[in-house]
Amino acid sequence: MEGTAVRGRLTWQTATVGSVTDETPKVRTLVLEVPDWPGHRAGQHVDIRLTADDGYQAERAYSIASAPGEPLALTVERLDDGEVSPYLTEDVQPGDQLEVRGPIGGYFVWEPAFGGPLLLMAGGSGVVPLRSILRRRSSAGSAVPVRMLYSSRSLEDVIYRSELDGLRDAEVIHALTRSQPPGWTGYARRVDAQMLAEVAWPADSKPLAYVCGPTSFVEAVAAGLVGLGYPAVRVRTERFGATGQ
Amino acid sequence: MGTPEDRDVAPDDPALDYAALDGNAIGGLLIEVFGTEMTTATGICGSCGAVSQVAELAVYQPGLGTVVRCRSCDAVLMTFVRIHDVTCVDLQGLASLAE
Amino acid sequence: MSPISRGFHRKRQEAPAGRVPPGQYVTADFPVLSAGPTPHTPLSEWSFSIAGGREPRMWSWEQFRSLPSQTLTTDIHCVTRWSKLDTMWEGVSLDVLLGAVEYDAGYVLAFSDGGYTTNLPVADLLGGKAWVAFGYGGSPLGAEHGGPARLLVPHLYFWKSAKWVRGLRLTDTDMPGFWENYGYHMYGDPWKEQRYAGD
Repeated sequence: MEGTAVRGRLTWQTATVGSVTDETPKVRTLVLEVPDWPGHRAGQHVDIRLTADDGYQAERAYSIASAPGEPLALTVERLDDGEVSPYLTEDVQPGDQLEVRGPIGGYFVWEPAFGGPLLLMAGGSGVVPLRSILRRRSSAGSAVPVRMLYSSRSLEDVIYRSELDGLRDAEVIHALTRSQPPGWTGYARRVDAQMLAEVAWPADSKPLAYVCGPTSFVEAVAAGLVGLGYPAVRVRTERFGATGQ
Repeated sequence: MGTPEDRDVAPDDPALDYAALDGNAIGGLLIEVFGTEMTTATGICGSCGAVSQVAELAVYQPGLGTVVRCRSCDAVLMTFVRIHDVTCVDLQGLASLAE
Repeated sequence: MSPISRGFHRKRQEAPAGRVPPGQYVTADFPVLSAGPTPHTPLSEWSFSIAGGREPRMWSWEQFRSLPSQTLTTDIHCVTRWSKLDTMWEGVSLDVLLGAVEYDAGYVLAFSDGGYTTNLPVADLLGGKAWVAFGYGGSPLGAEHGGPARLLVPHLYFWKSAKWVRGLRLTDTDMPGFWENYGYHMYGDPWKEQRYAGD
């Protein structure tokens, strides 16, 4: 359709839930059908708006889980005392409608032309936009080296686990902070300076880092990477709030 | 991403001290207000002179409005309050804001 | 017209009839809502002051904690629509603090660490209606909820109960504080739903 891409002003569009997939006990992916969806860049997010039948509205921002070119998908984690996330992770069904605005974001984005080596640092649901980046890299056939450190409470909480396990040309290192399965030989603690030193690309390889997750995770990791010699401009951050692991 | 109202209540533990989001979280609000993508815009703090991309500023959303602060000195740079579909925009804390 | 999201509704919990002001829902949580970072003023540097009376008056933490204090159980109502019932506090009544000052002003601007301000009529701080609270739920008030001490004025919307309060400035006219400047109601009576200017 010509003329539908309007630069600048965003408008709310009606989205219909196409399918829902439970990723973990608390996390669900929703695929949304949006008639005039303009596409997006890896790392961007959308604003979602729900309207109750008494007119009450709630808005939240969610990172886009799909790669550019794929149907719009969001991955939502249920927060126990949340107002929107319990609805999206438990009540919503295919055919339900909500409103979406986006794509939004020009800072926390990656394109193959940005190069690397790429260091992706995920804290909990912070993995969502980073998975979009990984998929973008794969679909572009990019040879940029990539390594991900993904911190989760337990193995059951790892989102996209089989997809991440199946990556042939990307290294995903898990840190399980609260409980580990029998025989686990991987990291069993929160990310710290020692872990960063072992995992991060050396600073002199001029890496590009993307850090996403709870605020406390992002601040600790970003500071740690700068401490390893990463220039601050090469460490991109996106904070999801203080929900700890 | 999850906005502050939608997260677990933080217990009284300094390690889990309530901490701000960043300018990424208000990307949509900024496009609404400024008519264009603003998270990569550069802001200069009017109090301490710190230069920062909007995406990296500290954002507080206590439900009454949005307060954007300098990460270096905590000065309030921007405040947005939406009441009855009118958004009040206060940029007085910034020395400059440029795309 | 926005499409209705089937089955979506605001959070709500049953409350006894008439217990909760209009437009509020009851929560068991105590949401942490702040306009800025949590200050961590050492108690050795903390003071509470009242300015604008005949003479300024200031209390150190030790002096403040030596004042007579009370425990109370009350409901609190946030303009963001949550109400929390039967919250337990301990604090020094503003009757005690203002009683130590000679003044004839009708209003105060309360001010806090970090720069937050909010305005109230003096009359709403007197008569057993307001405290500087240092305890919550039987423990010292945590930093995230305004500790070491916050203003507590439960009959008004909770943005008037300034966290990290450090004092009051007595004023002859009602001067808008931080949120009032941007359109929140100058008085803020939850039972009249005075959320915004003009309500």
